[in-house]
Amino acid sequence: METVFSVLVGLFFAVGIYLILSKHTIRILLGIAIFGNAVNLLIFTSGRIVRATAPIIPQGDYLLPAQAANSLPQALILTAIVISFSFFAFILVLVSRAYQEIGVDDTLGMRVAEPHGEQLPPMGY
Amino acid sequence: MAGDVGIAANRAAAMIADQVAASDWLLVAPVVIGLAAGAVLLMFRHHLRWQAAFSIFALCVMLAANVALFARTLTEGPVAMTMGNWLPPFGITFVADVLGSGFALVSTFVAVICTVYSVREMSAVGRRYGFYPFLMLMMAGVNGAFLTGDIFNLYVWFEVFLIASFGLMILGSEKQQIDGATKYAILNLLATALFLSATAYLYGAFGTLNMADIARKADGLRATAPMMTIAALYLLAFGMKSAAFPLYFWLPASYHTPRIVTGALFGGLLTKIGVYALLRTLVMLFPTERLELSGVIGWVAIATMMLGALGALAQSDIRRIMGFLVISGVGIMLAGLALGNAAGISGAILYAVHSMLALSALYLLTGAMKDYGGSYDLHQLAGLYRASPLLTALALILFLAAAGLPPGSGLWPKIMLARASIDAGQGWLVGGILASGFLTTIALGRVFALAFWRNSPAEPLPDDETECTTGASAFASLIMLTIPVAILGLFPEPFIRASDAAAAGLLDTGAYLRAVFPLAGGGS
Repeated sequence: METVFSVLVGLFFAVGIYLILSKHTIRILLGIAIFGNAVNLLIFTSGRIVRATAPIIPQGDYLLPAQAANSLPQALILTAIVISFSFFAFILVLVSRAYQEIGVDDTLGMRVAEPHGEQLPPMGY
Repeated sequence: MAGDVGIAANRAAAMIADQVAASDWLLVAPVVIGLAAGAVLLMFRHHLRWQAAFSIFALCVMLAANVALFARTLTEGPVAMTMGNWLPPFGITFVADVLGSGFALVSTFVAVICTVYSVREMSAVGRRYGFYPFLMLMMAGVNGAFLTGDIFNLYVWFEVFLIASFGLMILGSEKQQIDGATKYAILNLLATALFLSATAYLYGAFGTLNMADIARKADGLRATAPMMTIAALYLLAFGMKSAAFPLYFWLPASYHTPRIVTGALFGGLLTKIGVYALLRTLVMLFPTERLELSGVIGWVAIATMMLGALGALAQSDIRRIMGFLVISGVGIMLAGLALGNAAGISGAILYAVHSMLALSALYLLTGAMKDYGGSYDLHQLAGLYRASPLLTALALILFLAAAGLPPGSGLWPKIMLARASIDAGQGWLVGGILASGFLTTIALGRVFALAFWRNSPAEPLPDDETECTTGASAFASLIMLTIPVAILGLFPEPFIRASDAAAAGLLDTGAYLRAVFPLAGGGS
């Protein structure tokens, strides 16, 4: 099971990185979303995947059943999903504002903060 | 295992029975104050008049907590506290050692001063967009990152200060800011995603996220676990966060766009958190892997400091010069990481403290220079010496400190690093440190010659006297930040002693482990 998942994680990373390498901000954004999910799946796989029972302590007992799934990766992923979702929402708005203000969604055209052909500093008095 | 007998025994192995000592709450106080004050400011976001005063008050309380915590770690060694009464490997642990609490103390001090500066500079628009709530939340994240003892929790604090820094960066929504913030946001988000994937591998190999537990188990797992992969991924992720050589492009693209106060906070604090995380992971958790990577780190350090200094030489906007100086300073800290011996780490820590203070002050100085000279451009700035001799004196102190010339505070850590690299037989690092220092001196010397010494082409206008643009609060904060820089340069001994203690705590993890696991040997 872990083998299948590690191939899947690799695919997610590959797709995410490919999209991030694009010049268009919206593709970069999609790439970041996929990259984030690749990391989430990686955490999930790192926690070892078992198909046994859900991590719920049976009534009258005080310990988890021996075959229970690992619940910590799920808690970690949940945290990471919440964080990456809020970041995604923020960057989505930021990129759409950038498109409105600057008028391009091409990163090569986004040169407002670092303009082309800037003057060199004065060499002397 | 299960059953009636197990209840008490299992509880004792997982939970802390007795109450947490009242003085231990000091450990979480800086973070709690930051989060609470941020929430209060958010609730009273329409009461713009009280926001600055309340922020300064809350930051002063935070500073007092940090002073008490730092004093305690200096005398008693590391202090640990685990949340929710769980025993250490299970609950999230906060640990303050000399390194973490020292950095938290200096960064909170910088934040107090920057807030004083903001009183006059921050416009009503900036306040309405939430400068002060963002500031408090960012400081909560910064303090949390320095004080946590859990690597996943470190990720969470990174994200907390990152999202707050996004808010601060686009305050005002100018075209330039949105352009810079897009690059800053995307590249920093990618760096934290890499950090998280390294943490995923680490969890897969170790089954724990508690830093003390990782340090304890690392030796036993070295034969089987992919330790080199994890260490290299951490180097990549935190190198990107701290703007090290191949991955620094987000910094010069964005740090000159926000308000001056925000630039001062970012330039002073944020990259140093990346350096702190590098020290924490590579020196404390993966010392063997750091040794193997030290050649790579050394070349990255040289490239970072040289490119930072060369970049500073090529700019005509003074804010962008300061941005490149931040990068150059990160290179010098990485040189200490590459050396890895006690003197090298200590030099890197002292340089980080110097850089937090001096670069924040330099950013505030650019704001004052703009107020007097009317521009950030070296082509237009002139005659500031005549306009304000006091500003010129402050600028001279700060430039000497940043260039690392004798009475300045940058000199001592550089001497420590140079001696450490000669002792370690890595003389080429000394060459890099000296060459980058020389280039920085030229860059800052030119700023001083052009902006301060050069006569203004036009005679000052008659209404020059009435238009006193730099407010008293801005000047006061600039002076308050320059004084510690001068003290660090003139009386470095106590600071060197503290950074030696911090480096020793990082290299010898015994005290750190004992603080987290008081019942040493028992294990669980």
